[in-house]
Amino acid sequence: MLGPTLALLAVFFVLPIGVAGYESLFSWDLLTPPRYVGTANYEALAAHGDLLHVALRTLGYSVLVVAGTMTLGLGLALLLDRPGRLFAFVRASVFSAYVVSWVAVALLWMWMLDGNSGVVGSLARSLGAGPLSLLGDPRWALPTLAVVGVWKLTGYAMIVFLAGLQGVPRSLLEAAALDGAGPWARFRHVTLPLLAPTAAFVATTSLVTSFQAFDVVRIMTQGGPARATELFVYAIYEQIFLNLSVGRASALTVVFFVLLLAVASLQLRVWRGRSGTTR
Amino acid sequence: MREPRSRHLAVLALAWVAAAAWLVPYAWMVLTSFKTLPEIVAHPTAPLPEHLNLGAYGEVFATLPVARYMGITVFMAGAIALLQIALALPAGYALAKLRFVGRGFAFGTVLACLLVPAQATFVPVFLLFARAHVVNTMTALILPFAASALGTFLVRQALVSVPDEMIEAARMDGAGEWTIVYRVLAPMLRPTLVSLFLVSFVFHYNDYFWPLVMTTDDHVRTLPLGVALLREQGTGVRWHIVMAGNVVLSLPVLALFALAQRHLVRAVSARS
Repeated sequence: MLGPTLALLAVFFVLPIGVAGYESLFSWDLLTPPRYVGTANYEALAAHGDLLHVALRTLGYSVLVVAGTMTLGLGLALLLDRPGRLFAFVRASVFSAYVVSWVAVALLWMWMLDGNSGVVGSLARSLGAGPLSLLGDPRWALPTLAVVGVWKLTGYAMIVFLAGLQGVPRSLLEAAALDGAGPWARFRHVTLPLLAPTAAFVATTSLVTSFQAFDVVRIMTQGGPARATELFVYAIYEQIFLNLSVGRASALTVVFFVLLLAVASLQLRVWRGRSGTTR
Repeated sequence: MREPRSRHLAVLALAWVAAAAWLVPYAWMVLTSFKTLPEIVAHPTAPLPEHLNLGAYGEVFATLPVARYMGITVFMAGAIALLQIALALPAGYALAKLRFVGRGFAFGTVLACLLVPAQATFVPVFLLFARAHVVNTMTALILPFAASALGTFLVRQALVSVPDEMIEAARMDGAGEWTIVYRVLAPMLRPTLVSLFLVSFVFHYNDYFWPLVMTTDDHVRTLPLGVALLREQGTGVRWHIVMAGNVVLSLPVLALFALAQRHLVRAVSARS
């Protein structure tokens, strides 16, 4: 009964990691026969600090997205955790961006940020600012993608925080209020400590999600300008489909997998700690 | 704890700001799709179109075989979601209720696969599919996702709390293992399975990454790829057409969301 599932998982999730490790030792352009090159692929990727830059860029994007979605998600959860149709409607509006395709979200923001006739640039111009091309500016392109990521993923953080808030007993908040605790003190000393496990969960899952970001890069910037938005998965994609370099793509895949493992082990540690304290 | 009136008004105002931050971009997408190219160029910040112009939609349907792409996308997403449920049920049952050598190892494998995204496997899988000549086929789009580690895990978790006596009773009545899985247990897991189906369907309907790397031409192109192509091909950027494509792509998902919001929300928050 387990057979089909285990076989498929082995072929499409376990085996590929081994194959990537093997292929990373060859130089192959998909056309001529592969040539064994040892660790030359890894050395070439690490040269000039390219690999490090890609990793740091991906981490930077992920940190911005995680910090943004968690702050906004928690704020919105606290704001919208109220009965009534209006609040339900706003909750659904925020969450809907999480349900819609990345393609639609990326294209929509690209249009709004368009340098010539986009609404954001045009409004800035009518307020007297110079021409605004956020996606064309190497300094601003990555933070701009992160803003789009935050817009897309805040609904996820909000929903999980809302579920977490249901686990904060009302009686505890009322008791604190009777003892004279104001809204801020109640949040700081009752709600926040009880939400810590939820926050850890949101942080780790969002980190893993943003670490895999690809669609937003491929559609909005293709890694540019001046490689400012070349994130990890896009770098792998470029190596295999644009440079036709299977070896380099495989080497990058191996490094990507190791980084994911590092994040995942962090995640497991957080979850273990969590189930130990709350159950 | 009733809130004072001034605070209540502040809460309402903030809620409206939040709604605007998410709804105004959608509104802009829809409004743009009813405009014409000269309007966009001449008045970039004018909110309302001069007329309810459907020209952009005409262009979308003229440029893309929308019905075919939509059919491919829905078939692919539906097949993946159904296969995941069909395979996760017996696998989750075996992990939760059967005793056999290597069960711990099998469960560990499933958990490990939870952590491996398609972005980390696409290079080797692409090479495998290229050798097997299945790039550009439905097989390449569906097969890698037929088994779901998450689905198996969720079914297993849901079945652990089902009392063994119930399964024993079914066995006494002469039911085989497959009957137990699909006829006795599946109906009990209905809410879990509905959530699983919806989340999986929406994810794969929306997916851009896998169809992009596994297709090289129009043969099994999905709708997200087609809509993204609206911007890439053609002369100049005709955003009203791209936004019309966006509306066509998003409307089915938003409709599904409106109908099944409770299931989707629960599926997302239940994982926590």
